[in-house]
Amino acid sequence: MNWADLNLMPALPEIFMIAAVLVILMLDLFISDAKRCITYGLTLLTIAICAGLQVYTYAPVPEHTFSGMFVNDALSALIKLCMYGATAVVLVYTRQYNETRGLFRGEFFTMSLFALLGMNMMVSASHFVSLYMGLELLSLSLYSLIALQRDSVKATEAAMKYFVLGALASGLLLYGISMIYGATGTMELAGVAKAIKSHNANGMLLVFGLVFIVAGLCFKLGTVPFHMWVPDVYQGSPTAVTLMVGAAPKLAAFVFVLRILVQGLDAMVDQWQGMLALVAVLSMAIGNVTAIAQTNLKRMLAYSTISHMGFLLLGLIAGTADGYASALFYAIVYVLMSMVSFGILLGLSRAGFECETLDDLKGLNGRNSWYAFLMLLTMFSMAGIPPLAGFYAKLSVIKAIVDIHLYWLAIVAVMMSLIGAFYYLRVVKNIYFDDAQDSSAIVMRADMKLVLSVNGLALLVLGVMPERLVVLCVEAMKHSLSAI
Amino acid sequence: MFTNQLSLVIWTPIVAGLLVLATGGDQRATLARWIAVAGALAGFLLSVPLYCGFDNLNGGMQFAENLPWIDSFGIRYSLGVDGISMLFVILNSFTTLMVVLAGWEVIQKRVAQYMAAFLIMSGLINGAFAALDAILFYVFFEGMLIPMYLIIGVWGGPRRVYASIKFFLYTLLGSLLMLVALIYLYFQAGKTFDIQAFQAIAKIPLHVQILLFIAFFLSFAVKVPMWPVHTWLPDAHVEAPTGGSMVLAAITLKIGAYGFLRFALPILPDAARELSTIMVVLSLVAVVYIGLVALVQSDMKKLVAYSSISHMGFVTLGLFMFTGSHLNQWAVEGALVQMVSHGFVSAGMFFCIGVMYDRVHSRNIADYGGVANKMPIFAAFMMLFAMANSGLPATSGFAGEFMVIMGAVQVNFWYAALAATTLIFGAAYTLWMYKRVIFGEVANSHVEEMSDVNKREFLVLAVLALAVLGMGLYPQAFVAKMHLAVNDLIAHVAQTKL
Repeated sequence: MNWADLNLMPALPEIFMIAAVLVILMLDLFISDAKRCITYGLTLLTIAICAGLQVYTYAPVPEHTFSGMFVNDALSALIKLCMYGATAVVLVYTRQYNETRGLFRGEFFTMSLFALLGMNMMVSASHFVSLYMGLELLSLSLYSLIALQRDSVKATEAAMKYFVLGALASGLLLYGISMIYGATGTMELAGVAKAIKSHNANGMLLVFGLVFIVAGLCFKLGTVPFHMWVPDVYQGSPTAVTLMVGAAPKLAAFVFVLRILVQGLDAMVDQWQGMLALVAVLSMAIGNVTAIAQTNLKRMLAYSTISHMGFLLLGLIAGTADGYASALFYAIVYVLMSMVSFGILLGLSRAGFECETLDDLKGLNGRNSWYAFLMLLTMFSMAGIPPLAGFYAKLSVIKAIVDIHLYWLAIVAVMMSLIGAFYYLRVVKNIYFDDAQDSSAIVMRADMKLVLSVNGLALLVLGVMPERLVVLCVEAMKHSLSAI
Repeated sequence: MFTNQLSLVIWTPIVAGLLVLATGGDQRATLARWIAVAGALAGFLLSVPLYCGFDNLNGGMQFAENLPWIDSFGIRYSLGVDGISMLFVILNSFTTLMVVLAGWEVIQKRVAQYMAAFLIMSGLINGAFAALDAILFYVFFEGMLIPMYLIIGVWGGPRRVYASIKFFLYTLLGSLLMLVALIYLYFQAGKTFDIQAFQAIAKIPLHVQILLFIAFFLSFAVKVPMWPVHTWLPDAHVEAPTGGSMVLAAITLKIGAYGFLRFALPILPDAARELSTIMVVLSLVAVVYIGLVALVQSDMKKLVAYSSISHMGFVTLGLFMFTGSHLNQWAVEGALVQMVSHGFVSAGMFFCIGVMYDRVHSRNIADYGGVANKMPIFAAFMMLFAMANSGLPATSGFAGEFMVIMGAVQVNFWYAALAATTLIFGAAYTLWMYKRVIFGEVANSHVEEMSDVNKREFLVLAVLALAVLGMGLYPQAFVAKMHLAVNDLIAHVAQTKL
């Protein structure tokens, strides 16, 4: 590598972020618990500056650096901005919850930033090694975040499960990558794509590699049959961490899948299309049906996530630029929805009380009609009822599927969303139709209230005017995928 | 009057609804009520120019608006009404005003949310009737489920949870398949969701038409509701508060029938013709069998709910009267008159039951008897609605049924003969109920304590009664408006797409 030619600009936000994390890490050692909000503020500031740098370094034409291991393109810029936003919002939502549980600590901030850095790597990687590095940085940060509540048996168990299964999935992924490397002789995504297209690669080896890679990816997305960890991790983690696991990492995982399957293994679309179709159908079916049986809200939302990931895969299955854009749109909308739902759970929890079962939401309308309304918007959005953002997300992926004449898949998808509607309706029923069992006042910090309101209303605003975001997704896909 | 009259008719009630919501809790309930009635009245007054300014000699869409909305999906904010949808926009705005008055002091719990739900729903329903873009239609069509779900669930009777979820899932089942059909048509029509472009698609093979028809059928048949997917309606009606029942019966059922004549018939004419016998049979089952079911009900609301299904059977019967490839004009116009008329009559019937329920807190026929002794004015009004419900000449109920039967005779005598039995069954179940509830000796102490209608109730009853009589005596006021639109529909359906 020639250092003189090295262009660091495309990775400027990441470079700044790692420097800032180290500063925060050191600084935190010298701060007493009472002044923890200094590092909290610095963390938010770091994210804000990174977002600024991201806009500043934006390049309409993809820029490669570090010998082609890192790329800065429109797709990565859009996703990173969304992830900065999501992480910042998560930090705001979790503050009060963490303060009452002794989790408002430097470790939470630095681990969150490390996780964000890992996600940035995943999103910007154009090489199997950098992809894997980003993934591991994210995963290890999440494992330790989940285990942050050391004395909680449930959290430790969740962390252990996630770690063991995550390591297994990483192994599968690496094994698959090694086969692809064996078949094509390169680890660079563009090189892999070229090698496969020129038919110089060993087809059998490629297919085997693909199977392992898809298995690993499905685990990271949390889709059936690699979904077992999702409900346990969602339920076992402190709600603050659940939100951290459930929001931005889904975006990163989606782009991760997109980079490998679409940018690297594009020529094998016929093979992975079938596999993903099966995974998508199973995820939608098992996710939605199992969610009906849950009484724990966090667990129910975990199964709902599984089904949403199935829907998201529909966009990928389409194998068209429009399809990828629709999946991207779905991912962003999904993150918005999951943040509101967990945000409400965080807001309703207080010292010594975890809001996590369906019954805990009973009579919320009587206690606070505004939060009830926000949760109503979220649930109907998740169910895909217009005029909420979730409807356009479903509409766009189903449109992509109909476009390639997979009508049966479209019909399966809408039937599954009908099943899903039942448990979302049940949440609304608890909130609006039942009387409160617990009439204590809901105390929420003003900043959280504001962000939560904006977040919830965004679902309605996006439902009435989705055009801007749709165009952004389509443009990002167009600029980034034309490079291959 | 305004260039964007339809947008005003849609958004005024919605904005008013949001204002009502902003009044907050029940301590400001009076303010919420007054804002609601002002919003509903404004919505109704804004809809009147649609009737007055409507050009009878112009067959196309009027008051059209067409703006880009979601360009990347090919979805446009495209509105317009013809002589058919215009009537329903007005009917809906009118019913909303009645509903707000009907719930005035009856609703004491979460008043603002109750009024807001109705106003927002009113705007959404207007949107569904005025939309000329399929996805815009779908957004309004589905969006109205949310307020209705809350209305039944929050202010409903003892089994409200069951009824509301059943209502929601049943309706959603149908509309989701329709969504897939709409997306399919989007690609066939050259990447546009414009309904008129859908209607203009030149070629669709028969087997595809039939599949698409089934998707539309599931969506609209549930909404109408046609036998055998009607079972949600009695549950929803019985559990819903009075206002909810009024809107359900008067308006939302009509959207199903409207869907048939806006989507299924003109877009898929060949499938409609192929399957018309099945549609006719299902409609006749609804007319005859559901009429018999209504006869044995002991719950007044359930009785009127079944009577609604039976009357809506008449509507779908009228819409599928084919001679060759031609729809029968009498039958289609009769179906439309029946739809509007049923809007007034069922709203009146449900309101009457609501008035009695507020006094006695029972819907059981057996708990009443001799109400006329205590509430003579009320009994007179209810008499009128009961007569209209059984299709007495000079009431609006007669005109529609008569026209459909006239049309049916021209197509097939036996269709007409079976359909005509409704004149017997309808009279039997409605008047028998009326007799048991209103006439006779005062049955018990609860009836003894009943007081006659107050001014507010009198106002609602009088306005509805005027509408029923007016429409019965001069149906031409409505038929003249819809004439060209119906001709247009028949011309569309006559054009094969094979």
